[in-house]
Amino acid sequence: MQDIIAILRDYGLLLAIGQFPEGPIGGLALTLILALSGLLLSFPLSVLIGVGRISPNPAVARLAAAFVSVVRALPLLMLIFWAYFIVPLIIGQTVSGLTTVIVALVVYETAYLAEVVRAAILALPKGQVEASRSLGLSYVQTMKDIILPQALFNAIPSILNQFISLVKNTSVAYIISVDELTYAAYQVNAQLLTKPVEVYVILAATYFIICFSLNRLVKLVERRIHTSRQAPIAAEAAA
Amino acid sequence: MIVFENVDKWYGTYHALNNVNETIGKGEVVVICGPSGSGKSTLIRTVNRLEPIQKGRITIDGRDVNGADVNVNALRSGIGFVFQQFNLFPHLSVVRNVMLAPMRVHKVPEKTARETAMDLLDKVGLAHKADEFPPRLSGGQQQRVAIARALAMKPPVMLFDEPTSALDPELVGEVLNVMKQLASEGMTMLCVTHEMGFAREVADRVIFMDGGAVLERAAPEDFFQRPQHPRARKFVADIRH
Repeated sequence: MQDIIAILRDYGLLLAIGQFPEGPIGGLALTLILALSGLLLSFPLSVLIGVGRISPNPAVARLAAAFVSVVRALPLLMLIFWAYFIVPLIIGQTVSGLTTVIVALVVYETAYLAEVVRAAILALPKGQVEASRSLGLSYVQTMKDIILPQALFNAIPSILNQFISLVKNTSVAYIISVDELTYAAYQVNAQLLTKPVEVYVILAATYFIICFSLNRLVKLVERRIHTSRQAPIAAEAAA
Repeated sequence: MIVFENVDKWYGTYHALNNVNETIGKGEVVVICGPSGSGKSTLIRTVNRLEPIQKGRITIDGRDVNGADVNVNALRSGIGFVFQQFNLFPHLSVVRNVMLAPMRVHKVPEKTARETAMDLLDKVGLAHKADEFPPRLSGGQQQRVAIARALAMKPPVMLFDEPTSALDPELVGEVLNVMKQLASEGMTMLCVTHEMGFAREVADRVIFMDGGAVLERAAPEDFFQRPQHPRARKFVADIRH
């Protein structure tokens, strides 16, 4: 325990924010930045792919389905290697490890989030589309005004769940030396040499605290959404 | 105004509509009844192309509903449709439900759309619920909002698909009253309903369907008093009990 406290005292700041503000930001802060930017960038893409999956246009539906099945059949680590070696070939210049990781996380996350979006759309009563289309709204208007606002709201807990798994998945960035939390812990361990258990206990505890808190948040949001869906028919309304 | 000519529809091998020939005149109120699975809902859903047909022709004012040149959104915006399950948009307030289609489809400015919506809500007796959300309304109120929402597009014809079947008995009257008022204003109406009282009071004609075919057409009084076809006789006897 004393060792852990000592490590936290000496290296806590490094684990939390890396070399910032003198050097680049790293550690836990970078982990959260990676997860957050992964979520924010993949969200609009996943809406497109998710809607595409159930598009009435078979070519669009097949293309979206192909993307989802391919990405979901590959380990995230593979995507990182691909982004690391292939993206520079395509754009003709080297890319930072940070960009590589974000690209890989976005591609990976988009596939999973797209399925969340698709499921949320399919969970809505069919009558919603029929009512909207019967009023003369187009397919696109129906999606934008009727289906997506409801589906995405209902999907908030699942989206947050994806975010939790994203926080953990950022740890693979370690493999290409991006200085996020896991890589920072790895470096601390390399300096100390004799305290691997303590260092990795700290690492595990940090992930646990973050993800556990996010999990509680999901539960809270779920309950809020559940209450907002309760349809309290006011006594006067029934009268 | 609405003409069905030799309309056939199959779901796979199931013959859902069997050679339907009907003409609904302008301002006419026609009630379609028949046992469950008889094809009556399917029939009215073909009018605004919610269901495609495999044979025959449906025209509205001479225009083929399934014609290749028909803009389906424009077609539907001119046909009011009221569902059994109301299908209000739960994430929009009552007044927004009514305003949405005029604003999106006819590009009516928000202020005008709101005024029209409030007039219509007033007409169905729900102006005081304008800012509530649909799940907080009773079934009868939701259905009245749904009627106002359909009327907002100023359709010359209204289709009702069992509008009172999902309602508690004591809430049926308020919806029927709105429909009666519409009928008295000369709206062309095609209603799938088992409400005998409504049919007798406002319908010009009753169409009886079974097995996807129209088996009988008669004035409401004749149909309910002296049904001719054996299946119509059984049906009338059954709904009396």
